[in-house]
Amino acid sequence: MLRLALLLMCSSAVAYAQDDLLNQLSKQDSAQKIPVDATFKSTRVVNGHSVETMKKKHMDFRISHRFGRLNSGAYNFFGLDQATMRMGFEYGLTDNFMIGVGRSTSQKAYDFLGKYKVLKQSTGARSVPVSVTLFGSMAIATVNKELEFQDKLTYTAQVLIARKFGERLSLQLSPTFLHRNHPDVLGDENTLLAVGIGGRFKLSKRVSLNGEYFYTAREKNTVTARYYDSMSFGVDIETGGHVFQLHFTNSLGMIEKQFIGETAGTWGKGDIHYGFNLSRTFSFDKKNKRQPAN
Amino acid sequence: MKALFIRMVLVTLLGMTLHSVPLSAQGMFSTSSGVTTFSSVTPLENVFAENKKSQAILNTATGEIAIRMNMREFNFPNKLMQEHFNENYIESAKYPTATFSGKVDKAPDYAKDGEYDVSATGKFTVHGVTKVRTIPGKMRIEGGKISISSAFEVPLTDHKIEVPQVVFVKIAQVISVKANYTLVAK
Repeated sequence: MLRLALLLMCSSAVAYAQDDLLNQLSKQDSAQKIPVDATFKSTRVVNGHSVETMKKKHMDFRISHRFGRLNSGAYNFFGLDQATMRMGFEYGLTDNFMIGVGRSTSQKAYDFLGKYKVLKQSTGARSVPVSVTLFGSMAIATVNKELEFQDKLTYTAQVLIARKFGERLSLQLSPTFLHRNHPDVLGDENTLLAVGIGGRFKLSKRVSLNGEYFYTAREKNTVTARYYDSMSFGVDIETGGHVFQLHFTNSLGMIEKQFIGETAGTWGKGDIHYGFNLSRTFSFDKKNKRQPAN
Repeated sequence: MKALFIRMVLVTLLGMTLHSVPLSAQGMFSTSSGVTTFSSVTPLENVFAENKKSQAILNTATGEIAIRMNMREFNFPNKLMQEHFNENYIESAKYPTATFSGKVDKAPDYAKDGEYDVSATGKFTVHGVTKVRTIPGKMRIEGGKISISSAFEVPLTDHKIEVPQVVFVKIAQVISVKANYTLVAK
């Protein structure tokens, strides 16, 4: 009897010795909360901001162009003869907080922006389902010299809520508050509420399809020149520190005040602009230049 | 007869204990805070990352050893590099861990303090690609702790890690890896 029991014990011990040590490690894995990276490749979905911010000590130099309307005909080379542009410098103060400044040829507008990540989507035992980023900006449209300074100002506030569904699909909802001290068109409302929906679908490691739509609520439609909702589709191509965003949109402007509040073209009539955002990231992190410590 | 019965019960109980808590088996040493670093040095750019939550377990009775780490736990001073590492190169969502599972080739005397040159042979898996490798290292046994350190190289092509042409010159083709684990008895 004793011998049998001993045999039983020994056999079980042998079985454990052969037990896969790796399985034991994965069972006791302590990684609780792993943040989800790269919901979008760039700080913009197309025109609108994404939940992404610049990383600490990284500067993003952005050059964006929107050409004329495709339906302007062969004489205008389908819009390519005419171009509006925004140039911007955007910088990550921390990994969660970035600031930026830009200048648009359209309305000779300067814009100042700040963006802060309040919540990061994470997996693991203590998972967080979405990423939330707050965005605020102020724009000064200097084109009309006769206006008082405060009448040139526009303010934007957004709550950007996004979720990455697996590796390929990311979707974002962007409730927006837009206040113009002095709307361009007489009779237009000072304050506009809008909601944006955007997303991307990754085709490969470095290429994604992007789309974006902003619904702008206007109480009364007494505005003489009709404004439309902004809708854009494009492709993101990433190569190391560059992101190229090529797209078609019915908006000419590249700042919130312009594409959310003042989109004059409509897809139905072919008022489509070809455009691109070129983003080049520069690292000011000195540590990378040094040899690793050990 | 009675004594035999008691002995039998005791032995069976002991066997059951082994069943339910295999980790308490004698000769198991482990850590979950091992440090693994890697570096890529080129004239244009140096990349350096550190994982301070590497897991390691060693069965001194059998010489079996296993190491496991989450790729997302690799910290880069440059967070953009970290994002590219996870997104484009190592593809952490698809291949979340790097592992080694094998046997210590010539086991030292674990009962005696001292430093020994050792090596382990087994399955080394990174980016979903497994290679059988013999990895050299040092083992220091002191005060009931086993410190393992190792330095070895990982060629990117061994593990199908693709680097696009544009950044080819910025990332070394062979990555140097260093590991430092201090294992204590479980």
